[in-house]
Amino acid sequence: MEIQSCVSILNEWDIVAARQLGRNVAKELGFGTVDQARITTAISELARNIYLYAGEGQLCIDRLNENGKAGLRIIALDKGPGIPDIRKVMEDGFSTSGGLGAGLPGVRRLMDDFNIDSNPGEGTDIRATKWLR
Amino acid sequence: MYNKITAHIEDHREELERLWKEQLTSDTDARIIDIMPEHIFESTSSEFFDIILLNLKDKDREYKEKLQSFSDKVVRLGWPVALVVKGLREFVHTVQENLVQYGSIDKEREGDYLELLDKWMTPISNEIIQTYAETWEKTVSLQKMALQELSAPLIPVMEQISVMPLVGTIDTERARLVMENLLDGVVSHRSEVVLIDITGVPVVDTMVAHHIIQAAEAVHLVGAKCMLVGIRPEIAQTIVNLGIDLDKFITTSTMKKGVELALEMTGRKIVELEG
Ligand SMILES: Nc1ncnc2c1ncn2[C@@H]1O[C@H](COP(=O)(O)OP(=O)(O)O)[C@@H](O)[C@H]1O
Ligand SMILES: [Mg+2]
Repeated sequence: MEIQSCVSILNEWDIVAARQLGRNVAKELGFGTVDQARITTAISELARNIYLYAGEGQLCIDRLNENGKAGLRIIALDKGPGIPDIRKVMEDGFSTSGGLGAGLPGVRRLMDDFNIDSNPGEGTDIRATKWLR
Repeated sequence: MYNKITAHIEDHREELERLWKEQLTSDTDARIIDIMPEHIFESTSSEFFDIILLNLKDKDREYKEKLQSFSDKVVRLGWPVALVVKGLREFVHTVQENLVQYGSIDKEREGDYLELLDKWMTPISNEIIQTYAETWEKTVSLQKMALQELSAPLIPVMEQISVMPLVGTIDTERARLVMENLLDGVVSHRSEVVLIDITGVPVVDTMVAHHIIQAAEAVHLVGAKCMLVGIRPEIAQTIVNLGIDLDKFITTSTMKKGVELALEMTGRKIVELEG
């Protein structure tokens, strides 16, 4: 069972809107302040990557309920240039934009499950889930 | 044709106004109407009606001025643009139906009348939408300026110590201001220690962290030290999860501790006077 809401990412303020959406859903699901901060930060990273590297895309929030376990899934989708070497971008400190390169590895640590699906020239699909304990 | 319509409207003015208001309130989202006090809705919609009639009768003279002041009023009263547009559309609708009902126009010429009515409405609706757009642009640019002023102030709290309280989201533009104001301020206030307070920053992601780190390094280059204060517990956790190294920073949880430490670093302390 899942209910989804999305924000399309085109400019910097859309990142703020996506974060706000995530924070609201996280609150509703009953996540505590620390997890709310982790979730909003993860959304911020993924939405900003869309804005920076793909130009435009979508950030969606799913409410999950699997076998009585509630969770929140972030889905970041774009049809941008894609990521040629996934292993590399998951290393701490790798950045093609002079950034800290801590975004993607950070999101993996902030969330419970993490998955990237990306093909050069086709786009990127990143999903990250946090379960309610 | 023209005269037929105006004559009809004048003869049936009250009825038309009533029908039009009914139409306007009946299938408009109740929330839109509800936010307006009733007497204001009543009087503005009467005025609205007057303006439309004025346009129909009196082509150029008074009309332009009245239309401008009316659009201005509508916008400032906060009439939603959707309601105004709908009001114009319903006006055409109501008048046309009424004309047919009273047999004031021939059935086969209905289309011509509709077209004529539409032509009358276009400049009104353009003017109002134009006013809306201008008002919005003005508001947005004023708010932008106000935000920029509030954006990243550097406050010299005492000799050698300055504070930069950051409240709200940090975007690229704001990050640039943080850097600028920090460097200008440190030099002009001769600060030795700067406290950046992030209590009011809702999300500290890698971009925000990166900007703060760069700002601190720049401050270092002009010979001062940077302290990061107001790191809420949940923010401290996410910063650790992100793997961001704040070792180069002096950090304290509260402003009070920060100020005490800053005093110590500049060889001073607060003492209580004996009484
Ligand atoms: N949606 C995306 N599309 C294409 N490339 C991406 C995307 N997201 C991340 N990347 C690549 O992965 C690298 C690492 O991303 P990240 O860990 O967020 O660090 P940073 O954004 O600081 O560079 C980026 O520099 C970029 O090259
Ligand atoms: Mg990033």
